[in-house]
Amino acid sequence: MARKKKIDVSHNSSISRRVFFNRIWRLLGVVAAFEATVLFFAFLFSGEKRRGKTDLSQVKVIGRLDDFEPNTVYPYRSGQLYLVRLRDGGFLAISLKCTHLGCSVRWNEDSERFVCPCHASQFDKTGNVLSPPAPRALDLFEVFLEDGLVKVDLSKKLKRRFFEPSQVTHV
Amino acid sequence: MCKPLFALFLHTMPADKGPDDTTFFPEAVRTRKVFKDLILHIHPTQVRKTSIRFSHTWGLGGMALILFLLQLFTGLMLRFVYEASPEKAYESILSIQNQVFLGQFVRNIHHYSGMFMVVVTFLHMLRVFFTEAYRPPRHVNWIIGIAMMLLVVLSNFSGYLLPWDQLSFWAVTVATGMLHYIPWIGDGLMELIRGGPDIGPVTLVNFYNFHTAILPLAMIILMAYHFWKVRKVGGVVVPGGSANPDKEYVPTIPNLVAKELVVALVLLAFVFLLSALWDAPLQERANPSMSPNPAKAPWYFLGIQELLMHFHPFFAAFVFPAIFLSAIIWLPYSKFETNGGGIWFASERGKKLALRTGVITIFLMIILVLLEEWIPEFATESSSWSWFFEGFLPSLVIFLVLVGWIVSLKRNFKYTRNEIAQGVFILFTMSYVVLTIFGIWFRGQGMALVWPWLR
Repeated sequence: MARKKKIDVSHNSSISRRVFFNRIWRLLGVVAAFEATVLFFAFLFSGEKRRGKTDLSQVKVIGRLDDFEPNTVYPYRSGQLYLVRLRDGGFLAISLKCTHLGCSVRWNEDSERFVCPCHASQFDKTGNVLSPPAPRALDLFEVFLEDGLVKVDLSKKLKRRFFEPSQVTHV
Repeated sequence: MCKPLFALFLHTMPADKGPDDTTFFPEAVRTRKVFKDLILHIHPTQVRKTSIRFSHTWGLGGMALILFLLQLFTGLMLRFVYEASPEKAYESILSIQNQVFLGQFVRNIHHYSGMFMVVVTFLHMLRVFFTEAYRPPRHVNWIIGIAMMLLVVLSNFSGYLLPWDQLSFWAVTVATGMLHYIPWIGDGLMELIRGGPDIGPVTLVNFYNFHTAILPLAMIILMAYHFWKVRKVGGVVVPGGSANPDKEYVPTIPNLVAKELVVALVLLAFVFLLSALWDAPLQERANPSMSPNPAKAPWYFLGIQELLMHFHPFFAAFVFPAIFLSAIIWLPYSKFETNGGGIWFASERGKKLALRTGVITIFLMIILVLLEEWIPEFATESSSWSWFFEGFLPSLVIFLVLVGWIVSLKRNFKYTRNEIAQGVFILFTMSYVVLTIFGIWFRGQGMALVWPWLR
């Protein structure tokens, strides 16, 4: 019987069975690791699904249209916002989260400004920055005027640098 | 001359001076052997005499281990009562404090151990740095150590939110708020960590999972690696490194073990005493619409929050920490003169430079902070240029001054690379310490500078 040939992969263009199967195992291992990572992150990032991305149930009724005087700021802290009715009758729903680091701003009636207790950022009635360190204007929520009621969609915030008249909701 | 107290152990363990319990109980022999074997599984049988001198390492690494075990044990107990939902969390803490037997004591231990762990880990890092125990072959362990330092800070941070009181809620709001100044990934990162745009029930559950499961597991794995590495490189660094001809070895039991025991017991006593006397803080229940004034991040982040008062957030919250982290990771791979390490402050000259740098840094930082307060800010009405005037420009100035100083140390004063590295390191760490002190005790309402007693 002929002597067993030593496996010599250095000159052949084809690989041995051993090497081939080892490579398949390694590939499967990589796929398994990848799947495990995907699963881990799926759980980690599941927050939004768990919280419930409910569009409709996040729309809160703030009050009746006629309850709100022009040129007045109405706090609605449980909704995390201030409802501002401007001089021309238009509405702005301003988030009370300061755009610097996230503290809740307070409306100061005397100075007619939103003031942040954390680093003393100041904003005017429309949310524009009057005093740093806040980098941009306060965020907005969308306002709907339906059936004589003022409704605010709390599910998403509108980020902006400055106030623009197009952001106001009119009757 | 009076011998240190643990010398008592040196003569009573386990030399066979007269009958002890092993004479009468053979089981005691076996038990003692098992105990010895356990110790000798982790420790070498003999250690270099120079390496076990207390003032060589101050036992800081061991202290960190003890504190970690304490956290594990007290955390285990707290887990039986704590509930990780916004509705139940605060009340569960109250019931731990008021209804569970010694619940307040256990919570206090957990609070103080957590605080000390950050301090001790930091001091351990300083010790390792100043004894140059980050040079090869210890460079991998240095990197592991940095990773563990980050884990410790993250553990403290994730645990910070769990009580869900005003302090927790807003500290985490502010600290995660700093994240959105990181370019490109900042907002995504912030929402990832918060589990949404705001801090809520998802945040609490995520933090709880990290704090009680993921981070401790990672810590244990890294600790095992870290300890194994210490053994693999031949133990704690000794003066002169492996070139040190001093080969005097002493048996680990009792010489090292006795010292470790003393350090552990003193530390435990200290933590228990504090926990018995002063309660961990708990403010009112978290109110998302009401920010307290001032709202401060956890104390170890207050250095960064203080930096935020003076620099544009991108530089304060991202650039400076990133530079520091990169520098210390690069450190073991930098070129250096071989003196073997193990000597505190590298040399006599190094010692003097370190001290001088430390003192000058402290004074310089105090002056800079005060200067910034008293010089009126030149009005940057449009915040679009603030990144330049309050960010890029001052950072560039600082960078140039730093480089100039380093170059002059090398050229004019002929310091070695080791000594210069020390100076720079002290500059960074002392600056952060001063800023943290300002942030903790000197910032009051509206983050205005006040005397501590007026806060």
